[in-house]
Amino acid sequence: MTPMFDIRDVSKSFVLHNQGSAVIPVMAEASLQVAKGECVALTGESGAGKSTLMRMLYGNYLASAGSIRVGETELVGAQPREVLALRREVLGYVSQFLRVVPRVPTRDVVADPLLALGHDPQETRARAEEMLARLRIPERLWALSPTTFSGGEQQRVNIARGFVHSYPALLLDEPTASLDPVNRETVLCLIEEAKARGAAIVGIFHDAEARARVADREIDVTGFTPERAA
Amino acid sequence: MTPILDVRNLSKNYGRNIGCMDVNFSLYPGEVIGIVGESGSGKSTLLGCMAGHLRPSAGEVLFDTRAEGPRDVLRMSEPERRMLARTDWAFVHQNPRDGLRMTVSAGGNVGERLMAVGARHYGDIRAQAVDWLGRVEISDARIDDRPSTFSGGMQQRLQIARNLVTGPRLVFMDEPTGGLDVSVQARLLDLLRALVRDMGLSAVIVTHDLAVVRLLADRLMVMKSGRVVETGLTDQVLDDPQHAYTQLLVSSVLQV
Amino acid sequence: MTEYNFAYLDEDTKRMIRRAILKGLAIPGYQVPFASREMPMPYGWGTGGVQVTASILTPMDRLKVIDQGADDTTNAVSIRRFFQRTADVATTEHTAEASVIQTRHRIPEERLGAGQVLVYQVPIPEPLRFLEPSEVETRRMHALEDYGLMHVKLYEDIAQHGQIATAYAYPVKVSGRYVMDPSPIPKFDNPKLKMGAIQLFGAGREQRIYALPPFTQVVSLDFEDHPFDPSKADHPCALCGAEDSYLDEIITDDRGGRMFVCSDTDYCTTRREGDTA
Repeated sequence: MTPMFDIRDVSKSFVLHNQGSAVIPVMAEASLQVAKGECVALTGESGAGKSTLMRMLYGNYLASAGSIRVGETELVGAQPREVLALRREVLGYVSQFLRVVPRVPTRDVVADPLLALGHDPQETRARAEEMLARLRIPERLWALSPTTFSGGEQQRVNIARGFVHSYPALLLDEPTASLDPVNRETVLCLIEEAKARGAAIVGIFHDAEARARVADREIDVTGFTPERAA
Repeated sequence: MTPILDVRNLSKNYGRNIGCMDVNFSLYPGEVIGIVGESGSGKSTLLGCMAGHLRPSAGEVLFDTRAEGPRDVLRMSEPERRMLARTDWAFVHQNPRDGLRMTVSAGGNVGERLMAVGARHYGDIRAQAVDWLGRVEISDARIDDRPSTFSGGMQQRLQIARNLVTGPRLVFMDEPTGGLDVSVQARLLDLLRALVRDMGLSAVIVTHDLAVVRLLADRLMVMKSGRVVETGLTDQVLDDPQHAYTQLLVSSVLQV
Repeated sequence: MTEYNFAYLDEDTKRMIRRAILKGLAIPGYQVPFASREMPMPYGWGTGGVQVTASILTPMDRLKVIDQGADDTTNAVSIRRFFQRTADVATTEHTAEASVIQTRHRIPEERLGAGQVLVYQVPIPEPLRFLEPSEVETRRMHALEDYGLMHVKLYEDIAQHGQIATAYAYPVKVSGRYVMDPSPIPKFDNPKLKMGAIQLFGAGREQRIYALPPFTQVVSLDFEDHPFDPSKADHPCALCGAEDSYLDEIITDDRGGRMFVCSDTDYCTTRREGDTA
């Protein structure tokens, strides 16, 4: 079976043109395959490159070399609209930060991925409300913009948005951080459900217990760290 | 898929000075492209050349017309280009006074494009004006007021309604949120985003505000000294800029 | 009268103006620029109309001049006397007898026909002027038939007054092509613009001439749900009893007394003479 994520020999360096053109290699020859229904946890100490790899998988950072396939799409050298189509249909991302247009109601923020896919607005709204209810965002907040919410609430809005569409591939960046035990349990259930329906997941989990529960494998990205001397 | 707009080797010189040089890009239906760069980088010149306000020195601007498929806008006759400009195209000016008739009521401003393409039923025109004022969140009680009595944000929203009433497919925007208070900007951005999606609009947005493009644009083109120095997915260009100038531009934004 | 050339203007100027007139007749409703001359009267007194009349006048013509329909107002009397002195042409107050009629703000009630020319004095020839101040832009709009703006004006009328409140200088479309200002005639006169006589329009200060050949199609602009209505005061003439003529309202005292009489003095007089005869 072809893996959902297929990463081969990926390397990445930053060139800081405005700081003496310093070249900073951050990743070398990273390879990783994630099958459908599998969850892989990226580990390694802070600065080892977990987030960099996640961002490359999302097309947010460019890879300097190698190949990154997600589903049918080769991300290295892809046209922006190919990446956008991939993000719309296949690849979901729950980041630690909520970035939204101010003033948009929470309900619409969560419904957004479905609307982008052209789903019926009525159904979409119902589905968004279902997600918000499940993540215990009080109903009185649904019509408000999440920009004013607490960190934990914003995190849950982000999760609702990331799980509202059944993405075949998911990237999760600290999905359980800053959550109380009840909501943490809900999120872990969501991840398990996603796996059960065949989603391939790459995640960063500092929460060791959560990682042990949902991850099938752990990959230490320290192995992809280039020799600093190089 | 045929691009709705295909710009090829577009150049514009002002005497010996470069306005913009060798610009190439394709815009696909439903896409929003942002053009960023500092003042004088050539982004407004490029926009003017594409929209037919300026005569380029060289190049082609192919627009996918409804009737005949892709045609070079620069080789169209003036009447054809004007017909496009008031049907399938829209142009939102930075200063609403440049895009509105300040001595004509809000309803008349919205109705003008309809009348220009042959609408001759007052009741229908007015009903459409009411509908569009509602969509841009202007009370229909203001329909007979002149835009000079409106706030800057309202004027900008009226300009958008006036432009979109004929259901255009391509919108050019020149610093659409420039000159507006930050709180008003957010409202306008939200509105624009919803309209772009609901109407399936393709858009070219010129701005120097990176926050605006992050929220509105799918793709970015970074210009410096008349040339495109970097293109790509909006968040990729902003988060992992490759060109020295883009790195400078991104790192110069004050964090709040 | 040997000091002046026939009808005041020199022959070269007349030829230039005749060329503009012919061009205007060839392109009905199109504003032809011409080199307007200084005339021995101030702008606003009909310098455009006078130059057109001077250029078409022949010694055999019989001239009638009216101002707001009347033959006896200062403006009409002055212009009539001007051509009597400089061209020595016959004059008349009877519409049917005149071969050339110069007019300000009216079309005579009596039907005009072949062998007659109606010359209008035009203050502002550009119908789009009050909406679009740029001459460059209005000329381009005419060239490209970009006339949405004209209906905006009518829209504004309805929005503000509940109806098209434009009562004079009511815009028309000529031969399905050019939008034209018929000069400040009351809209009551608009249906008469399609007539058997030649109509020439002269704007002296703005240096434009335009024309309507006989029986040119002239349509008053309107909306489907607010059709053009050539209405007038709902009274008969207090003097001749006419119910089909355009009326002036005359205030007769300081206590609100008023009467409505024909603005076309020849029409009214002829009707009254017919009654007594």
